[in-house]
Amino acid sequence: MPSHAMDRAFTCAIWSAAVLVTSAFLWLLGDLVWHGMAHLSWSFLVSEPMNAGRSGGIAPILVSTLLILAVALAAAVPLGLGAAAWLAEYTRRDGALGQAVRLSLDVLAGVPSIIFGLFGNVFFSVFLGLGFSMLSGGLTLACMILPIFIRTCEAGLSAVSDDWRHGAAALGMTRAAALWHILLPAAASAIVAGLMLGIGRATAETAALIFTSGYVDRMPESLSDSGRALAVHIYDLSMNVTGGDGAAYASALVLIVLIVAINTGALALSDRWWTRRIATS
Amino acid sequence: MIWSKPSSLSRWHDDRWLAPPLALLAAVAALILLLVLAFLLSEAWPVVNGDGWWRFFSNEGWYPLEGRFGLLPMLWASLAAAFGAVLLAAPLGLAGAIFTRFYAPPFIVKPFRIVLALLAGIPSVVYGLWGLTVLVPLIARWQPPGASLFTAILILALMILPTVALTSASALNSVPRSLLHGAAALGLIRTGIVLGVAVPAARGAILGGILLATARALGETMAVLMVAGNVVQNPTGLFEPVRVLTANIALEMSYATGVHRAGLFASGLMLTLLVLALAWLAARIVRRTHYA
Amino acid sequence: MKPSQWVRALITVIGLVGIAVAAQAADDKLVLTGSSTIAPLALEIGKRFEKLNPGVRVDVQSGGSSRGVADARSGLADIGMASRALKPEENDLMAHTIAMDGVGVILNSGNPVQALSDEQIKAIYTGRIRNWKEVGGNDARITVVNKAEGHSTLELFLHHFALKNSEIKADVVIGDNEQGIKTVAGNPVAIGYVSIGTAEFDAAQGTPIKLLPMAGVAATVANVRDGRFPLSRPLNLVTKDTPSGLAKRFIDFARSDKVNDLVEAQFFVPLAR
Repeated sequence: MPSHAMDRAFTCAIWSAAVLVTSAFLWLLGDLVWHGMAHLSWSFLVSEPMNAGRSGGIAPILVSTLLILAVALAAAVPLGLGAAAWLAEYTRRDGALGQAVRLSLDVLAGVPSIIFGLFGNVFFSVFLGLGFSMLSGGLTLACMILPIFIRTCEAGLSAVSDDWRHGAAALGMTRAAALWHILLPAAASAIVAGLMLGIGRATAETAALIFTSGYVDRMPESLSDSGRALAVHIYDLSMNVTGGDGAAYASALVLIVLIVAINTGALALSDRWWTRRIATS
Repeated sequence: MIWSKPSSLSRWHDDRWLAPPLALLAAVAALILLLVLAFLLSEAWPVVNGDGWWRFFSNEGWYPLEGRFGLLPMLWASLAAAFGAVLLAAPLGLAGAIFTRFYAPPFIVKPFRIVLALLAGIPSVVYGLWGLTVLVPLIARWQPPGASLFTAILILALMILPTVALTSASALNSVPRSLLHGAAALGLIRTGIVLGVAVPAARGAILGGILLATARALGETMAVLMVAGNVVQNPTGLFEPVRVLTANIALEMSYATGVHRAGLFASGLMLTLLVLALAWLAARIVRRTHYA
Repeated sequence: MKPSQWVRALITVIGLVGIAVAAQAADDKLVLTGSSTIAPLALEIGKRFEKLNPGVRVDVQSGGSSRGVADARSGLADIGMASRALKPEENDLMAHTIAMDGVGVILNSGNPVQALSDEQIKAIYTGRIRNWKEVGGNDARITVVNKAEGHSTLELFLHHFALKNSEIKADVVIGDNEQGIKTVAGNPVAIGYVSIGTAEFDAAQGTPIKLLPMAGVAATVANVRDGRFPLSRPLNLVTKDTPSGLAKRFIDFARSDKVNDLVEAQFFVPLAR
């Protein structure tokens, strides 16, 4: 039986862990700000890159990144929610089919990102004929996001108490209605967590996108255009282009702001929209 | 709008249409892995098929230009880096999740979650850049050359920590309050409730998150490439430079042709099969609990 | 409107915007793939070419020299980019050199050693000399930085010093030039070799590295241009057959002196005119 001394020690340990994580993050962020702040400005956000990205801005790259993200989410979210719902509602815990699907998703999570890039190049760009395009990049990213999104959503759905399912059945609701109106909203926080991780993975991905959505830094005109994602731009500026460090750090800062904005939006959406429909327990 | 039918005894039982489309979606998701495996296999075929595959284990050293393809040291390095990172990140991530759920004052919860989401979203190249310009020189002053297994473990741990933290937090949030209230009613103090009730109740999902994090660590390319030193040798010391399989693929894929290229794909296949083995093992060991 | 209606409207708008394939007249498009070293230069040359030839699009992708050669051969790309001379087995392709890139040895600027002979460099890289004090520096173990196999910089280095890669005892292996520079800049006892133009620029920006002369010749872009510096590699645009049409116009443009400023802006050496 844990004593009060142990309780204090444990509390201390937990707080230290949280402080450690936050400090590591602040150290990293501080370094980015130190090197990149000077390069940031409004014109940086709205102008085109010049001189291989060393001067000018990142406007086309921001647009490309958002479009690629949109494609990835548009493909991954419906697919992921559907698959998670199937796994949670229609398979037994020990069922062979469900286990096979879960296993393949876990393995998919471990495939190296550069392999995904080469796969995406062969399958989406060449075989399906999409070429170097944001469609190709977004779909490849969707493949990479799926494992973690599905697992998180499935865990969330499984955790919803069966009382809710029984109650829905007692009301005469169809399973589809129960799923859409009761269960998914109840699992909203898990879905959002999966979404945050998925978006994070998508924005962080570099190697996969170099081979699929490509290197072109022009403002894209359609989804079938090649477009450089922010992470690819940062990689090119810091590792490939001489003297691109300042712009690289500044781009990294913009990326961070972008992630905060998207995630805050996702959290707000989940709070307002989903939970409004259910009396909180 | 509730789409309820007058009676669920009605003949046109609407539930039957739901299962097949959902099953199809799940099948598509699983199919992607098969496609990726098929791709890897086809690219690695010249090596896997011929009897030359043995040399990937028996050759001394990795010098593809001279026809030597020994990749065991890189395999050990991949395993060492990934498991070292999980050893660091799992407790820290779990602690972070416990913090969010049980210890953090309300005004800290959202910002802390945002911090975790940010850590998850920072590109691996930024982690690598920071590691290269800040961590490596720091460690070099302590133990040259600085770019080593240790640095790789630190960076990887930082990268996979959000995965563990966010999935564990989600799992802990899903533990029914009744369980926790019951534990409190029994007189358990907070440590006891957390360690004795909440974590075990959520252990299935937590372990799932850790497995995903391990898979991510094994598959991480860019960041490790920049901080691990990339010398092909067995990871004998924590501060010796090592090259992991993924960094090897990234370094050499642009320039590789023929057997060399097939060999790189074979190493990618090996990694995927490794994750398969790990995942299967984890599924066997863990009995996922449902709580209600 | 209810939130769900907003979302539906938003999705419709995004969908329309996304699917809208601009009904443009079929643009002339040129696709280049290959070396990531040449990619930034090709990108800038392409932009200038586009400005001078409205209606033309030049798309540059990276992926490495071997990919550029393979894509040029298979037709997936109109022009391949290779940061090396063509190998004997690639003699079915044509190379058009657009710039030169010198390779020099760099040390951390805190290192007192001012020059190293070819023999000393060889000895350091093969592990025969392990301590800086043996070549007139401080008493510290040398951290040897080498390039990854397959990179043309490595092959150039090995060829010049008549070494095999298996003979080199490296402490750190790097992929890109900038990684090499950052490694040496962060470590007072490191030695490495990188593109001269890159090193010159970074040193001028205050990065704590310095270029060593080789065989008595200072490692400067000027010396590479004059041909006096012993180690340099060509940057090539590769085509399957004699280029024609748009590809020919682009290659001629890239080799002309109209882009010399762009070449120099990327710290390469334009071909002497």
